[in-house]
Amino acid sequence: MKKSGFFAGIIFLILLGLAVGCGSKLKDVERAQREGILLRGNNTEPETLDPHVATGVPENQIISSLIEGLIAYHPSDDTAIEFGMAERFETNAAGDVYTFHLRDAKWTNGDAVTARDFEYSYRRMLTPELGAEYVSMLFVIKNAQRYYESRVQPKPGEQPLPWEEVGLKVLDEKTLEITLTGPMPHFPLMLKHYSWFPVNPRNIEAHGGMTNRDGRWFAVGNFVGNGPFRLKTWRTNQILEVEKNPDYWDAENVKLNGIRFFPVESVDTERRMFEAGQLHLTGNVPLHEIPIYREKSPHLIRTDPYLGTYFYRVNLTREGPMRDVRVRRALALSIDRASLIDNVLKGGQTPAHYFVPRGIPGYTPKDYLRFDPSEARRLMAEAGYPEGRDFPVLEILYNTREEHKTIAETIQQMWRQTLGIDLRLHNQEWKVYLDAQSNFEYDIARAGWIGDFVDPYTFLEMFTTGNGNNDTGWSNERYDALIARSIRTGQTSTRFALLEEAESILMEELPIIPIYIYTNTILLHPAVKNWNPKLLDNRNMKYIYLEEVPPQPRASKLY
Amino acid sequence: MFRFILIRLLQLVPVLLVIITLTFALVRSVPGGPFSAERKVSEHVLEKLNEHYGLNDPLYLQYFNYLKNICPKKLNLPALADFDLKEGLGIDLGPSFRYEGRTVNELIAESFPVSFELGAYALLLALLIGIPAGTLAALKKNTLLDYIPMSSAMMGICLPSFVLGPLFALVFGLWLDWFPVSGWQAPGGFSWADDLPYKILPALTLGIFYAAGLARLTRGGMLEVLNQDYIRTARAKGLSSFTVTVKHALRAGLLPVISYFGPVVAGVLSGSFIIEMIFQIPGLGRHFINAANNRDYTLVLGTVLFYATLIILLNLIVDIILVLMNPKLKFEK
Repeated sequence: MKKSGFFAGIIFLILLGLAVGCGSKLKDVERAQREGILLRGNNTEPETLDPHVATGVPENQIISSLIEGLIAYHPSDDTAIEFGMAERFETNAAGDVYTFHLRDAKWTNGDAVTARDFEYSYRRMLTPELGAEYVSMLFVIKNAQRYYESRVQPKPGEQPLPWEEVGLKVLDEKTLEITLTGPMPHFPLMLKHYSWFPVNPRNIEAHGGMTNRDGRWFAVGNFVGNGPFRLKTWRTNQILEVEKNPDYWDAENVKLNGIRFFPVESVDTERRMFEAGQLHLTGNVPLHEIPIYREKSPHLIRTDPYLGTYFYRVNLTREGPMRDVRVRRALALSIDRASLIDNVLKGGQTPAHYFVPRGIPGYTPKDYLRFDPSEARRLMAEAGYPEGRDFPVLEILYNTREEHKTIAETIQQMWRQTLGIDLRLHNQEWKVYLDAQSNFEYDIARAGWIGDFVDPYTFLEMFTTGNGNNDTGWSNERYDALIARSIRTGQTSTRFALLEEAESILMEELPIIPIYIYTNTILLHPAVKNWNPKLLDNRNMKYIYLEEVPPQPRASKLY
Repeated sequence: MFRFILIRLLQLVPVLLVIITLTFALVRSVPGGPFSAERKVSEHVLEKLNEHYGLNDPLYLQYFNYLKNICPKKLNLPALADFDLKEGLGIDLGPSFRYEGRTVNELIAESFPVSFELGAYALLLALLIGIPAGTLAALKKNTLLDYIPMSSAMMGICLPSFVLGPLFALVFGLWLDWFPVSGWQAPGGFSWADDLPYKILPALTLGIFYAAGLARLTRGGMLEVLNQDYIRTARAKGLSSFTVTVKHALRAGLLPVISYFGPVVAGVLSGSFIIEMIFQIPGLGRHFINAANNRDYTLVLGTVLFYATLIILLNLIVDIILVLMNPKLKFEK
């Protein structure tokens, strides 16, 4: 009897499960809509919530809802100033001293946000013991680099630079003066980056001090922020939830009551969640699903321009044909980018006939490249490889991923057809591939770059001599000089002219072969409002809101 | 019996030592490090990070430090029951390299119960489906009642979970709308009943593979037993068919099932990377694979060590149960 009772219990449980599963027909998104909570796919588990240590996009999505810097993200325009903790600022005539006036704002622990907090935060970033990976972002502050380097690798006889020498001055509790290395009109835009976010000194000191990386300060219950939302729940690999912060200075204009971030690594799972009504928006769309959505439910898919370039690096440290600029040019001219995008990628990307993505106001790169098979063949013949004769077998290296493989195969095919050369494909696991690239163990390698802020500098600086992210072995004195001069120029138009000249050198020499400009494609529930196209996918979440919409038919019914 | 258990527990030490040494050597010989990223870290920062995580020490020193940290130093059972290895046994698996501020102990303590729970449901389903199906097939040998469950079992074994999982999600989640397609707990939900629908599809996907194996083993075991003399005797005594099957035949017929059970329990409880990915479950299996991809050295070592111990201990338990159930076996030495 006991046994049958046990089985009856199990059957009851299963039925109960079915009843619960079938009973409530309200989808997660609909319930969340009523509660004013946004359900968001966020790619992967955040590595940290410390703005001074973070490096990734998923982290940024969360941190920027919890902490607000001097300048915040604008709801629609990445190049516009949206005041955050700063109420206003002014610059001196030379344009190298910025004075920020802070508004009355509070941390979630009740402390007032003061200029001292910012000084503390920037000092924390610049202290080598913290090991902040984005420390160089702050080197635009006068003497910041010297302060940092005199502690890391002091020159013989050099004393560590005292903190007072660094161009940061707290004029009073609410006024912060920042002196830069030179005039820099785009400085306020740089402040949107999380490396410039403040942290609460009292909280940091209570959890191990300024340079402690044990991360206790941002655990649930400890986290102190000043942003529109505050941390509520965090379960590794499952969910991170933030709720509206009632103490936020602009709380009345925060429309959402909360956001749930789901670290969904698999794009297919994410898509299923979206269709089942478990997510309002996804971080990605599987490549093969894009055309289906475009055709069957275009109101659910969103493609926005994105400030990033997909390109191939060429290893110039290896002996061989790739050292000949004519060969590199021939390779660049024989890629039919439009065809690649229309037939393979299908995500509405832009052919990259230049390196810096278009869309930065005041900076529109020319079409340096084009699809020109006959010119490509001529160049190859001139370089001594007519119809690809005697061309050695080289390799295209990419990290193991379907998308990169498809692109590499397409380009391999284009080069074979146009130039008669054969390249082998070689895939490596992500970290092995990164290592191979750093150690110059490749011929041609796939790469991608997303801008840190809306400025051509964040793309072009990378190819200066010896830059850690150059990885091609390319070096050009004139290029280096132009980049260096651009930092010292205060006038945007002059600066952009210098950078454009630099880009033209890059596109003349082609240590890299640009392929396409990224787009950001996501699935978006029609209830989500004010989700505007943005060059960088930086959202000021306080402006996003949910609107009651009739229940959505399932896209999967289309299959 | 005590002696037997003690000896087996002592054997655990060299086995684990070999496993740790091999894992340590392998994980450190793979190219790429925990801090390599597309946007490269400057050399000073890398230096600081390596220093912070003790990666600048000579390798042998790191190895011995690690061994020292994972040596059990105390025994505190209440803490151990909460999966707190540090308080419970004094084992410190170190900080995670990827997840700033979280230790490997915490990550395991957080994710193992999830995998365990999922595994328990899957196991339950496997038993509920597998053993009755196998018994039925044996009793009705060479009839439709034999062929249908056995060919389904063959399919269950052959279909990998990365096919079954999405298929279940599509059919039961998207088309029929019975269950959520992914997740582990109802967001904002509080009770066990709120969470239950989330657990059914993954448990089914994981359970069906083992149900199939169990069914086949049960059928085999039962067929052998049903031909034995004592079963005929039992029938001759006039016992009901149910009593004969359940009380006399099944007990012996399940012996092969039990030896299969050890690895099954370990496999099922320790999670499945694929199922955890497909259904977005925060279990140990995901850490196991992601740690290797991220070169999160301590997390790789921690999860390997944890799995290894679990499998060895479960095998030991199975051995004990086997002896207890089979009067022909004895604890030797």
